[in-house]
Formats: sequence, C-alpha cells, structure tokens
Amino acid sequence: MNNDIYSKYLVKLPTMWCPGCGNGIVLQAIIRSIDEMDLDLDKVVFVSGIGCSSRAVNYLNFDCMHTNHGRAIAFATGIKMANPELKVIVLTGDGDCASIGGNHLIHACRRNIDLTIICMNNSNYGMTGGQYSPTTPIGSITKTSIYGSYEPPFDLCDLTKSAGASFVARAATYYPVQMKNIIKNAINHKGLSFVDCASDCPSLYGRLNRLSDAANMMSLWKDRLVTIKQAETMSSEQLQGKVIWGEFVNNNDREEYCDIYARNISKAKESING
Amino acid sequence: MGSYQIMTGNEACARAAIAAGMSFFAGYPITPATEIAELCSELLPQNNGVYMQMEDEIASIGAIIGASAAGKKVMTATSGPGFSLMQENLGWAHINEIPCVIVDVMRKGPSGGSATLPAQADIMQTKWGSHGDYRSLVVVPNSVEEIYTETIRAFNLAEKYRQPVILLYDAVLAHMSEKIYVRDLDEIEIINRSKPSCDKKDYNPFNYESSKVAPLASFGEGYKIHFSGLTHDETGFPVSNQNTTGLEVLIHHLFDKIDDNYDKDIKKYETFMVDDADVLVVSIGITSRSAKAAVAAARKQGIKAGLFRPITMWPFPHDDFSRINLKSKAIVTAEMNNGQLNQVVIEDIDRNQKLVMKNLYDGNQIRDIDILNSIIEANKYEQ
Repeated sequence: MNNDIYSKYLVKLPTMWCPGCGNGIVLQAIIRSIDEMDLDLDKVVFVSGIGCSSRAVNYLNFDCMHTNHGRAIAFATGIKMANPELKVIVLTGDGDCASIGGNHLIHACRRNIDLTIICMNNSNYGMTGGQYSPTTPIGSITKTSIYGSYEPPFDLCDLTKSAGASFVARAATYYPVQMKNIIKNAINHKGLSFVDCASDCPSLYGRLNRLSDAANMMSLWKDRLVTIKQAETMSSEQLQGKVIWGEFVNNNDREEYCDIYARNISKAKESING
Repeated sequence: MGSYQIMTGNEACARAAIAAGMSFFAGYPITPATEIAELCSELLPQNNGVYMQMEDEIASIGAIIGASAAGKKVMTATSGPGFSLMQENLGWAHINEIPCVIVDVMRKGPSGGSATLPAQADIMQTKWGSHGDYRSLVVVPNSVEEIYTETIRAFNLAEKYRQPVILLYDAVLAHMSEKIYVRDLDEIEIINRSKPSCDKKDYNPFNYESSKVAPLASFGEGYKIHFSGLTHDETGFPVSNQNTTGLEVLIHHLFDKIDDNYDKDIKKYETFMVDDADVLVVSIGITSRSAKAAVAAARKQGIKAGLFRPITMWPFPHDDFSRINLKSKAIVTAEMNNGQLNQVVIEDIDRNQKLVMKNLYDGNQIRDIDILNSIIEANKYEQ
C-alpha cells in the first residue's frame, strides 16, 4: 500500500532533506490526503517558493512550479485566476511565506482566493544553515542569534485569520494522521485555506538549541501541543510555551475571489449590452 | 478594411495587446504607465478576460507568469521603479521560457526620480536587469501607431520564442495622442505558442538539443509539467551541481534560440538617408523623431546626414549597423540619458570615426535643433 502511494504521487526520490526533518512527514500527509480524495489529478497544481519546504515540489508527480523566494502565492494567484478549475496548492515555509513573501500571503488571505497554502514551519531558515526566521521563538539560538533570538515571532494562524483567510488551521508532525485530515479539509475548502504545520529541523535548530536528536525533539511536542478545546479551559499562565493546534477558522460564508471576479465579468458585460 | 483612430500611446498598447489575444493582465498602478492598467481593467472583463490589481510589481509579474503557464496570453505594464522590482521574476520567466510581455514606460530616474517626466535611461536595464546569463528581447517603438504594431509583434515574438519580451517607450509617447491606422483583426498576423502533440508521458517542457523551442503544454492538460527556477534539464527537474554539461546547455539554448533566428523575424530597424551619410545619427523612441527632423534639416544645409533607428533594441543589430556606418566619418548618438546607446554603437565604430554624444536628462525632450548642432559639429571632423 505504501509503495503504491509513493510510486503514484512521487518521483525522483530520495529527498534532499536531513534525517529527522519534518518536511517528509508533511509531504506524506499531503499525498495521503490527496489519495483519500476524489480529485482529478491532472487538475492539481503544486506551487512553491524557495527553501527546504519548497523543494517538496521537486518530488511530486503533478503539474509543478518551483518559483522564486517568497513568490509562490503570487504565481499561484495567476494560475488560479487563469484557470479556476485547477486545484492550486502552495507549499511553503516560515521564511518563504511569512518573511520575504509576507505581503503576498496577507493579500491572498484578503482576497480569499481558492488556494491551499501549506506552511512547513520549522522556526528557522534551514536551507541557508539555520538563521532565525519570523517564527523563531524568543531566546532560541540560531546562526544569526547566538545570544538568543530577540525578535517577537508571528503566530501565522493569527496573522492569516486577521487577514481574512476563510480556513485557518495548525497541524503538527507529532500528529501525522490528524495533519492528513486537516490538510484534506483545507484542500476541500473553497476559499483561502492556510495550514501552519508545526515541524522540526533537528540538524540546525535542534542542534543549536541542544535539543538532542530528532526523536527527542519530536517527543517534546507531546507536552507543548494542546488542542483548541483544551486551550479554552487553560489560563494564560498555563498556555505559556504551549502550541495550540486544530482548525481555528472554517468559514464558508465568505465569498471566494474567483466567484467575486465572475460577478465583475457579468457587470462588465452588462455595461456594454445595456 | 482598417480604420483611422486617435488615441494615446498607452491606450494603443492596451488595445493592441487585446487584439493580439492578451486575456490576462496583472499590474500595479505607476506613473506614467497607469492608463494601460486602467483600460485593461475596463476592457478585459467585457470579454471574459482577467484584470488583476496585485499587491506590488513583484506579484504582478509573478501572476502573469503563472497565468501564462496555465495557457493565457499575458502582459504587465510598469515604469522604472516597478520594473526594478520585477527583475528576479523576469529571470525566472527566462530560465523557464514562459511567454509574457512586459511594458516599461520610462520615466526619469534613478529611484523615484521625476515620475511625470520622460527619459530613456532604462535601455541597459532592459538588457542586463536580472542576474545571470540570458538573452533579452526588447522592442522600442517611436510613435503611437508603432506602439500598436510593436505591441502585437512583442506578443508574437514572446509566443514564438517562448520568453519575455519587453516593450520599451517613454512618458511622452505614453501620453501623446496621434492619429493611427488600426488594421482589422483578420488583417493582423497573430502567432500563438506551439502546443505538444506527443504522448503525454513523453512530453518534456524544454528542448536543449537545438535552437528550436519545445512546444508548451498548459497546466491542467495532464502533461505533469515541471518548472523550476533552478538550473534544470529538459524534463524541468533540477540538474546536479556536478553535471557541468547540464548546467551549460540550458544557457546555450537561451542564447541560441534568439541568435539563430535573429535575422528571420527578430531584427528590425529603420534607416533614413544612410546610403551616402557622412554623419550617422543613432537614436531610438521619441528622440528619433527629433533626430529625423534634424537629419532632414542637415541635408537642406548640404550636410550628408542619415539616421539609424533600432526598433528591436535588444539584441542590437550590430552586423547591419557595422555595415551601414562603414562610410560615415562620424556617429551622433541622441538619447534622453547620460550615455547608454553610445556604449552600444562604440563597439561597432572605427578608431578614425568620431563619436558625438547628445545627451539630455533634465526631463525635457531633445529638440531637433540641438541634434542638428551635434550633426554640424560632427561634420567638421576630418578623417
């Protein structure tokens, strides 16, 4: 069964990711979610930017576009508007979508265009050797914060929710089955869906912060992760250092951008016909 | 049967693009190119086309590249500051051979410069703007009518040679109104990208064996197309850093597909009274119109002057220009910048030929009388 899934959806293995990297778990959750859905695989397009996460498209047996750093969402917007029939999935990372591509992220959320954005959030720039990113927790040691990171990080779910995304969720590599289900809901959702995938970079972030090996890093999530329901009953002191996961927004009331644009076309045609 | 119409340069650009089949425009407002976006926002949705006002120029060119890969004919329009922002994605379109048209309406720079004043200072940027090796295709019209015809040619070249084509003109041409002849649609030659006919499993999005470009499938057609900004092989997947041949053939192809076809339909220039010219004026765009008047005035004074005007700016027609300027004793370059065309023609002139530069970068156009004075000065030169 596993091998069938790999040969159906993946090409050019093995991946370039380090042992213990969370990206493989996210990629597996993506293809397993697609495998459970009834999608026309010829109509699915993956778009990515630059970074370890964005390398994922180089292993996928789909229409794929590996673009420039931060720009995946801009390219994806053009693809979707050119052919709204296509299911467009953006694979990105914390540096790619929240730093250099932050502007495209918030504007895609504002438009509520039907893209699925999956962010492999490993709290650092892995491809360049482990520098701090916009999601690095304060105090973390990275190659550019050897005295401890001092910049306040983004909560990407808060950010995308505020910007107007109609589906916002956080999944974690610690819970791969739940991640698969969340990604499935995100892909099925009509409108901008954003999934923040809490992930690990043992080779760089883990090593620099003396978190031991990949298995140990993974086990640390057990105490850190709390569900939205659990968080509701916890005080702000109890939530210190915790990561809340689950579906924060799943709103079908907001009109999707391709539909909005279709109304614009109707108005334009009315203006010349009557 | 066509018709005569009065319109501005920017209007001609938008209308010609739609006539050429452009159905997707993404842009960001910027003086002096904004009217192109405005007109596209009005006209495109009337015919199921897409106008997208993106969050910046980086997103604008990103969106048109994506839309082109999904099968649309696409365009964006900007001016210097926005064109600078587009450079990284422009390189991506080159390495992935994505057809698209980018309009750069030049204003006075550098930086914000003087937004409403014309200039011709982006000539070199349109050739070298993005990093790495690639072959730019740039056309430079000099009238509203030529903006119309060259916009259509820009789309034809983009689709035929699978790459970005830049349409370059200045703020004066953008906003001046002229009477132009507009052909009927069935009288216009329209070229569309070639589509694959092979088995879907055998399809490669690139062809590096010859200077012929590979047919371009669209996303969603089942070809499983792979595009990457990394150096890739014919399958579109990245090549290893150890594969030096693989790293090299991609670059060869980007140059060969243009250079091998240059004389067929890429090269284009205008000459005026060059056959016996002692003094040859080289000028592009709006300035070439002053230059032509100056050449005519010089002839009236008995000075054998001529004009060489590139319409395809890049690649520059070096061979033809070298042949034409053989008999001239002096070359005059006239341009609204501090010296860019002169650096191009200097490659083709002899050490016993004199080069006179007429440059203006105070936001005004160069007057014919000023170019005439440069011609008179150049004519005094004894070889």
